[in-house]
Amino acid sequence: METLYLIIVLAPLLGAIVAGFWGAKIGRTGAHWVASGGVAISTLLSLYVLRGFISGSTEVFNGSIYTWMVSDGLKMEIGFLIDQLTAVMMSVVSFVSLCVHVYTIGYMAHDEENWPNDSLAGRNSYQRFFSYISLFTFSMLMLVMSNNFLQLFFGWEAVGLVSYLLIGFWSVRPSAVFANLKAFLVNRVGDFGFLLGIALIALYCNSLDYVEVFTKIPDLAETQVHLLGDTGWSLVSVIGILLFIGAMGKSAQVPLHVWLPDSMEGPTPISALIHAATMVTAGVFMVARMSPIYEFSETALSVVLVIGATTAFFTGLIGVVQNDIKRVVAYSTLSQLGYMMVALGVSAYAAGIFHLMTHAFFKALLFLAAGSVIIGMHHDQDIRNMGGVRKYMPWTYWTSLIGSLALIGFPGFSGFFSKDAIIEAVHHSSIAGSGYAYVLVLIGVFITALYSFRMFFLVFHGEGPRDHHAKSHLKESPKVVTVPLVLLAIPSVGIGYLTMDSMLFGEWFKNVLFVLPQHDTLAELGKGLHGPNSMIAHGFMGPALYLALAGLVIAWIIYTKMPGVAESIKTRFEPLYRTLDKKYWFDEIYQFLFAGGSRGLGNTLWSKGDRFIIDSVIINGSARTVVRIADWARTIQTGYLFHYAIAMILGLLLLLTWFVIA
Amino acid sequence: MFADWPILSLTIWLPIIGGLLVLASGNKAANATRWTALIISVLTFIVSLPLYSSFDTSTSNMQFVERAPWITLFNIEYYLGVDGISMPLIILTTFITVFVIIAAWEVIQYKPASYLAAFLIMEGVMVGVFSALDAMLFYVFWEAMLIPMFLIIGVWGGPNRVYATIKFFLYTFFGSVFMLVALIYMYFQSGSFDILGYHDLKLGLSEQILIFIAFLLAFAVKVPMWPVHTWLPDAHVEAPTGGSVILAAIMLKIGGYGFLRFSLPISPDASHQLDWLIISLSLIAVVYIGFVALVQQDMKKLIAYSSIAHMGFVTLGFFIVFTISANPTAETGAMLGVEGGMVQMVSHGFISAALFLCVGVLYDRVHSREISSYGGVVHTMPIFAGFMVFFAMANAGLPGTSGFVGEFMVILASLRADFWYAFLAATTLILGAAYTLWMVKRVVFGEVGNNNVAALQDINHRELLILGSLALAVLLLGLWPGPLVEVMDASIANLLKHIAVSKL
Repeated sequence: METLYLIIVLAPLLGAIVAGFWGAKIGRTGAHWVASGGVAISTLLSLYVLRGFISGSTEVFNGSIYTWMVSDGLKMEIGFLIDQLTAVMMSVVSFVSLCVHVYTIGYMAHDEENWPNDSLAGRNSYQRFFSYISLFTFSMLMLVMSNNFLQLFFGWEAVGLVSYLLIGFWSVRPSAVFANLKAFLVNRVGDFGFLLGIALIALYCNSLDYVEVFTKIPDLAETQVHLLGDTGWSLVSVIGILLFIGAMGKSAQVPLHVWLPDSMEGPTPISALIHAATMVTAGVFMVARMSPIYEFSETALSVVLVIGATTAFFTGLIGVVQNDIKRVVAYSTLSQLGYMMVALGVSAYAAGIFHLMTHAFFKALLFLAAGSVIIGMHHDQDIRNMGGVRKYMPWTYWTSLIGSLALIGFPGFSGFFSKDAIIEAVHHSSIAGSGYAYVLVLIGVFITALYSFRMFFLVFHGEGPRDHHAKSHLKESPKVVTVPLVLLAIPSVGIGYLTMDSMLFGEWFKNVLFVLPQHDTLAELGKGLHGPNSMIAHGFMGPALYLALAGLVIAWIIYTKMPGVAESIKTRFEPLYRTLDKKYWFDEIYQFLFAGGSRGLGNTLWSKGDRFIIDSVIINGSARTVVRIADWARTIQTGYLFHYAIAMILGLLLLLTWFVIA
Repeated sequence: MFADWPILSLTIWLPIIGGLLVLASGNKAANATRWTALIISVLTFIVSLPLYSSFDTSTSNMQFVERAPWITLFNIEYYLGVDGISMPLIILTTFITVFVIIAAWEVIQYKPASYLAAFLIMEGVMVGVFSALDAMLFYVFWEAMLIPMFLIIGVWGGPNRVYATIKFFLYTFFGSVFMLVALIYMYFQSGSFDILGYHDLKLGLSEQILIFIAFLLAFAVKVPMWPVHTWLPDAHVEAPTGGSVILAAIMLKIGGYGFLRFSLPISPDASHQLDWLIISLSLIAVVYIGFVALVQQDMKKLIAYSSIAHMGFVTLGFFIVFTISANPTAETGAMLGVEGGMVQMVSHGFISAALFLCVGVLYDRVHSREISSYGGVVHTMPIFAGFMVFFAMANAGLPGTSGFVGEFMVILASLRADFWYAFLAATTLILGAAYTLWMVKRVVFGEVGNNNVAALQDINHRELLILGSLALAVLLLGLWPGPLVEVMDASIANLLKHIAVSKL
């Protein structure tokens, strides 16, 4: 099996290397074939592994590939842990990636238009793009397949690197290269905590291997660490929170969420793949993988829960006032990531991963559909300029509708099962913060439906585009674009119905995700439910479904029937609108405090510390003192014999006096 | 099979004699001299390879030992040998020198023979520093290093080279005088200049403290540690590309090497007493210098400051050993710190060399080191831009590159000493990325900044060879640091065992 797993990760890497280094030689067609081919191999083999787990023929694999280093008895390895969780992640990642690869063939077909004529970087940009997304697939697979913290961190940073390269892909745009630096640095803030968490694990467990660490954690549950003075902190809580800071960076949780909306500067295919479906969910995956750690700290779980709920609600609100089609979907992603975190916070890890999976399909679908509209609109992304697109782009329209229904949790669609499971799990939880979270995720459902269908109606319904030029060119995107949409629409509808029973309440994650009996909210929930139909029936009894429908209907009224209402609400609630439009001023505050602050500090240290105190005063000062002493010493050496004679006699007298007295 | 060969002598004298020959051949036949110099440097590199391939990793004893009387009156010997600490640094020296020679190819037109000769002689002398086991021999090589570097900056340097060379010379000379006093003192105590003999020399605490401070002055200036670091940015800015490369890649490492060969084993009790001082200075280097690097407008200054911050990890890794050993929770970890510091030195050798060479590539074309003179370089030099981003990422400690390995090990180890050490050290994750990538953003990305940038030509085959080789080294060490650590293991274990025993 080891060879099989190696092929799964190395096939995309090989594609990336060939497309990257020999892109000019093999040309565009060669590049997209070799890159997509590599990912196709990974997809097929991942699905094969997944099928093996479903049928029970595949065993859990835990083994190392090679020893990276051994220092001081601490063994650091590169290796794989393949279990049910990994198999799901591998399949989702490679499948979405494959769809995006195919889609990219259409989306990037005219990429030369995005570059200045004489730019050499624009020459093989198409091939380079394929190289990057294949490299991303490799990195993401390494991340999810890891069996130890070292490789987890490798994958973690590698996906960050590719994200950096892809956000700034159109490197001629100042906004793009600002956004990628911002994304990398904000992620580094998260990684700072993440690395400290890993270092604490290495100290107390003396190992970086998951299984070894997980077996040692229960013994450490009572251990206290003293970080500040004599106050004792629970070790497991500190580890859990530090690791979660990493997840907050990667999965864009408040207050480290600021990079994700800006990451929309990158081409749309990677917004779908990296900044919606896969990379940003790495934090969710990580926390779920670490369930044997988190279960021993209710403090850490509460932190995850509260941060997740805050993100889910407040970023969703921003989505309502955005006018850029990609930014609406980006805020929706932030909000949904918050939902996943909420699930983890109430120990419903399976629900978190389940939502991760359904979200990967429908959010990738929504992004790619948005991209298809953007192609049709000739790269105009303002939804206020759109409208009536339904008539021109039927495939895009219907798949978007499916994606939107799945997102708002319409009964039967995949998102319904995952979101309902999360909300119900919070309802059953008694952990600190669960009351707060329950209220927010419930209202969040209404907001989700509102912003999703606001965008949907503005784009697809109503009168045609205002701009006549745009209208005359509007047509359905080519097959390479629409086929991936259909491929993603299928699981967006059906995957929840098919898998919800085994993933949420069944045996699937039993031996992978560890839940203490007193935290087991899903088991509590599962008692009354028997299969998907019973869950749908149950949905009609709770408030969530009606909130979603209310959001949908209100969006329909405001944005198709009574166009003036939106404007008057905006003027009526001006302060609220401004707050949301300014995104709670996070960017401005950070820019002033951190960007400005560290530059100011750096300048002070440099000009006052290095150049003034050390260089001027001490170094050049002592040089000047030497010169001064030398000048003074020179004046004594007058050259007159009697001066020297007097000095000698005085000296002799002094010495004699000293001898006599002593 | 090479055990009986005088490999160390060959590695020292081949480039020195070769350098003198190149010097004697004069500056007329420039091309022939270039080829001669290249062949000598490649030969030296090949000659040094058995040091690795025939190295016995199971022992901490000195290997490839050569010992002969030199000045019998004072019992001074010609005594060479390497262990796992010095061997990697010697290979680093011979490896980097090859690229310094190639980098000079058509760039240095003024007295090329003298320039190349200076670097070849420098190479031999630096190998001498790393392999000398007699304190006097060490001191001779140590001071001899100053002369070629003084000339390199003074003759081929920038407009402000006189200030820079004098500052460089006085700083380093000031440091080394005290070291000489300490070495002579120990000669009077032990009757020989045998460095390994000094390791076992019984010394009282106050003696140890004075000796420790004397060494500290010498090594802290070389590393350089805050606050004796201000010579480095000036020297780098004025030095020609090759000078910067050797300075950053090798000469700084001599300070770190000194701590392991002299300070820790000779004065373990003083090291233990004063470890707080070194740890504080190291953390200041990481944080304070990180902020200073952020606001630099000159690329070479920025990389120079970044070097100081990275070398902070080296000294931090070396001096947390006492705290770790005293920590009951941490069963192990002291080795992790020292080995991390060593790995950081080797890795920084590659990365800083590469970054200075990258700046050199731009400087050769535009004749400016100012960040603001560039912008959008990627549009005219895409291959170069790829390398620049790669090395910047390595400098920011991206996993998979060598820059990650040492930092990771030292952070892991420093947390075993104290959570807050690790906390401050880990700020490099943010600061290192901020200053490096912000520079990259302004130089490489964006719209084409001006006509100079628009007229740039991408790197030629010679530059591709240099940057490509260094990139491979950075990648290889990042993906598989095991072999390097294995080489050091026995020697560092022995060192730690040695310093755990008090001399009092």
